[in-house]
Amino acid sequence: MSGVPGHDGWELVVGLEVHCELKTATKLFCGCPNSFGDEPNTNVCPVCLGLPGSLPVLNQRAVELAMAIGTALHCDIRPSTFHRKNYFYPDMPKDYQISQYDEPINADGWLELPDGARVGIVRAHLEEDTGKTTHAGASGRIHGADYSLVDYNRSGVPLVEIVSAPDLRSPAQARSYAAELRAILVATGASDGKMEEGSMRVDANVSVRRAGSSELGTRCEIKNLNSLRSLAHAVEHEAQRQVEVLESGGVVRQETRHWDEDRGATVTLRSKEEAEDYRYFLEPDLVPVVPDDGWRSAVAEALPPMPAARRRKLGALFGDEPVEPGGARSDQVATVVDLGLDELVEAAVAEGVPAALALARTANEAATDADAARRLPLVSYVALLRMEATGELTATQVKTVLADLLRDGGGDPAELARERGFEALSSEAVAAMVADAIAAHPDEWGRYRSGEDKLTGFFTGAVMKASRGQADGKAVAAELARRRAEP
Amino acid sequence: MSATEGTPAGRLTRQEVAHVAMLARLHLDDEELDRFTGQLAVILDHAADVAALDLDGVPPTSHALSLANVLRADEPRPGLDRDEVLAGAPDVEDHRFRVPRILGEAP
Ligand SMILES: [Zn+2]
Repeated sequence: MSGVPGHDGWELVVGLEVHCELKTATKLFCGCPNSFGDEPNTNVCPVCLGLPGSLPVLNQRAVELAMAIGTALHCDIRPSTFHRKNYFYPDMPKDYQISQYDEPINADGWLELPDGARVGIVRAHLEEDTGKTTHAGASGRIHGADYSLVDYNRSGVPLVEIVSAPDLRSPAQARSYAAELRAILVATGASDGKMEEGSMRVDANVSVRRAGSSELGTRCEIKNLNSLRSLAHAVEHEAQRQVEVLESGGVVRQETRHWDEDRGATVTLRSKEEAEDYRYFLEPDLVPVVPDDGWRSAVAEALPPMPAARRRKLGALFGDEPVEPGGARSDQVATVVDLGLDELVEAAVAEGVPAALALARTANEAATDADAARRLPLVSYVALLRMEATGELTATQVKTVLADLLRDGGGDPAELARERGFEALSSEAVAAMVADAIAAHPDEWGRYRSGEDKLTGFFTGAVMKASRGQADGKAVAAELARRRAEP
Repeated sequence: MSATEGTPAGRLTRQEVAHVAMLARLHLDDEELDRFTGQLAVILDHAADVAALDLDGVPPTSHALSLANVLRADEPRPGLDRDEVLAGAPDVEDHRFRVPRILGEAP
């Protein structure tokens, strides 16, 4: 899995910086609502507009969400301070961003990937978000823009920046880390994890080195990664670009690059040669945050189970059959955990529904409207899956009734099935339809009888079509097998 | 700190003051550069006096007040009226602050 795709003999080294907007009611240092999508410049006050004389006051909930993230990532939660990071750019009206510098609230943790690999977490610190600039003019990009428009609703929204160690070794692993981190952030209640709305933003530090070398190569930072897919693509393309530069005798320059999704390439944004000098100094208007043991353990106790533990719990429902990593079943488990539908699967299995069936219906069908599924009375869901498990309803019928349940927010599945006219076909009716199908396809029947098993699907499909999906697939297969065994 | 490096005696140089002024977007003329280099050097000398003391076992002070955990409940309150806010802007378009074209990306 590791290495640079398409280039033998090279190793890829990736570290990710993830900015996560916290789901608080208010901003980090003022009482303005933290709300996405409102009319521009309606959630602003003297503090987040940087007006003279205004003073920041720290949001307790933001501190606790940061501590929850630190706990979930196995970090040390430490006494911390705030600094001013000075720069001139209109997205930050104070001309500095308040951030944590040499004393972050969380440091030295780790995250375990679904494949068991551990990725170091260097730090996870609190800082404020910037306003949103829109570049007006021909291109919509900065270069060539005539002017910029600024909305300060986002200015001062609380962020946690999570910096990984350079422990990731492939585009797939980088993606897996970001996906797992997102799941953890959602599980802690700190974030909604929406990359497309910018509430989780990922920057990638990418370098390459000869396989076996322990030195780090010159790295480039890639920005504008708006989805897990673009993260994996961008890392792969950037690694290939660097290998090609080095193999042709060139030198990789340390710089910030922008991922251009349409072109499928990274382009230079700015060189890091003009060494960044933000003149960090302690924020005189804020005092240190010093969590004591009581506060730390209160946060830890309030933390719900994390995705890895929930995946293990679902996997354990399969007993002796292991859930293979990367397989279809493991994808279904991940989907159920991602969407918070664990309870549906667990309740069904507790009432005797086979684990594979409970998992498949939840990951494939209930997942299509996860919000409704989470609100569904467990008793309705379990009763429906039991009807499939006992053969009272076919898979197709169950899917239809489930859609009704999700639409209505609950109900009696037996009643809904009756309304739909779903009744299990009698075994005589199934036998008659199988006989019809055999009569209509004598050649296929001959081949099936002489051992061509794959034709089971052909005959099952024919019967399903004739019964408009009302026949039970298992009953049809059993009847076919019975007919074949006849002399 | 980089400001005290670079010369044998650790004294602040005129070039360093010019660099810091550039970072702060201050335009200083030659006379001002000379004056501020001298003034800033005195302040740094005072810091050097403190640094020369034996401070083993003295924890760094991060704030003049010995307070910690000054926090606010996460309860929203209304902000400013938008028209009032934008009345102070140099230029406005679509209820946003209109600012000159920006060279380079945000850090
Ligand atoms: Zn505000």
